[in-house]
Amino acid sequence: MTGQAEDPLLRVEQVHKRFGHLPVLNGVDLHVRAGEVAVVIGPSGSGKSTLLRCINHLEKIDAGRIWVAGELIGYRQRGDRLHELREREVAAQRRAIGMVFQQFNLFPHMTVLENVMEAPVRLRQAGRAGIRERAQALLERVGLADKVTVYPARLSGGQQQRVAIARALAMQPKLMLFDEPTSALDPELVGEVLDVIRDLAVEGMTMVVVTHEMGFAREVGDSMIFMDAGSVVEAGAPREMLANPRHERTRAFLAKVR
Amino acid sequence: MSGEVGVQQSPPPEVIRAVPVRHPGRWVAVGVVTILAAMFAHLLVTNDRFEWAFIVDNMFAPPILRGVWTTVWMTLLAMTIGIALGVVVAVMRLSANPVLSWSAWLFTWFFRAVPRIVLLVLFGNLGILWARLELGLPFDRQLGALFGIQDFSARIFGFDTRTFLTGYLAGLLGLALSEAAYMAEIVRAGILSVDRGQTEAAAALGLRRTQILRRIVLPQAMRAIIPPTGNELIALLKDTALLAYVPVTSELWFQLSAIGARTFKLFPMLVAACLWYLFLTSLLMIGQHFVERYFSRGFDVSRQARVRLRGWGAGQGGK
Repeated sequence: MTGQAEDPLLRVEQVHKRFGHLPVLNGVDLHVRAGEVAVVIGPSGSGKSTLLRCINHLEKIDAGRIWVAGELIGYRQRGDRLHELREREVAAQRRAIGMVFQQFNLFPHMTVLENVMEAPVRLRQAGRAGIRERAQALLERVGLADKVTVYPARLSGGQQQRVAIARALAMQPKLMLFDEPTSALDPELVGEVLDVIRDLAVEGMTMVVVTHEMGFAREVGDSMIFMDAGSVVEAGAPREMLANPRHERTRAFLAKVR
Repeated sequence: MSGEVGVQQSPPPEVIRAVPVRHPGRWVAVGVVTILAAMFAHLLVTNDRFEWAFIVDNMFAPPILRGVWTTVWMTLLAMTIGIALGVVVAVMRLSANPVLSWSAWLFTWFFRAVPRIVLLVLFGNLGILWARLELGLPFDRQLGALFGIQDFSARIFGFDTRTFLTGYLAGLLGLALSEAAYMAEIVRAGILSVDRGQTEAAAALGLRRTQILRRIVLPQAMRAIIPPTGNELIALLKDTALLAYVPVTSELWFQLSAIGARTFKLFPMLVAACLWYLFLTSLLMIGQHFVERYFSRGFDVSRQARVRLRGWGAGQGGK
């Protein structure tokens, strides 16, 4: 752990995960430096979502290590033994990691503004008035300033996903994880969500984005990994990888998604 | 294409005025029901065994009104305890801690297996087990004997069971504990009905488990919990009549049947009981309506939204 300043913000090293007998991740490595956008592509069932869920400890990993901002996720190393973190410590680690889900998962019993304010208010991040102001600013940023008092069921999928992004940003995370943020959207609503994510990238947010939108990946991604059957098959710069995939499996996958 | 052009040119089609389908069966049903209703009304008015004057005179007698009051507050108190304890038991049952989970199961098993009337009589007679209830160090005599002290006693205070475990308290405990067992199952089902994604989204924000339960899961579970809870409340109100066997003597049914027994006019008092319970239950049903409306906030259109989400899988977009 020397020279932390040069360490990447996210370090995933040799992560293994299995569900029962089914291996889903077989030694995955991923490094993302602060301010960079890493894009994860691959067929369904390749372990992309599981990788994201391991990064904020929604899933426990079986082997390997994950560090976010120099902090080991889910465990504490004492001597040569790992100790599981307590529930409150895991929750504290997750506050630095925002996550956006494929199915939005907004809280349906709360208005848009309440959705965004809930976590900062419960976790006493600031005074209520300050949090409200920030939440309103965030909703304005995602273009939903006029929807603050509306319940999520009244919104289109694209609007819901933008609220979900604002909700994650309200915790001022160092890292954002996007799990196929546009896969559940009608085609004409994909653009508005990608625009918001693109703006975030421009502003220097560190992100890991699982997506099937190759055009977006090429444009916004600083690095890209292609996963298949729980392993990273190919890694590189998105432009290069999409234009000249070196690996046969990458080539086959890209031929199908285009 | 040619159809479009045709529509634009021709005048709007004539509004359909078809002869509706006849429903002779409905008219037969109307006839039968009318005759039955008339027979019933005739019975109510002409059969003097009903003794309506006697019913009205006694229904609002002071001991009966006190009985109504006892029934109402026993119901509300037992339900409040039942809900609170039921939530605790449900959460214990779903806990990862096997000891908590098993004790919760044992609790529900016992209180659901024993009929309420047996439970109430049992609680009414608990005084047989202990003459005095005392608070102190458990197993103090045995611990004292272990260290060679005869009659070692570490008790802070105590009281006579008969003064403590009155009919009221025994009845209240019996109803509340048995209600808690039913409520625990209802709450558990409600919690399980909330989408897992909700818990995950809240956890990803960094909320703690208790916060997620209280702020995210339980409020949504309420939508599934309220309707069966309304039924439970109505059932509990009716079961307060069982308190007569604890006995709780000020309770409504006990009082009504006492008047019936004293005057040898049992049937009119049974009718009075029906009327009182009908009235109280109707009040509860009105209350239930408003509570249900409150907890379905934000959900009025969500059902359509969910159907729409599923539709995407089949390649159907839009509204």
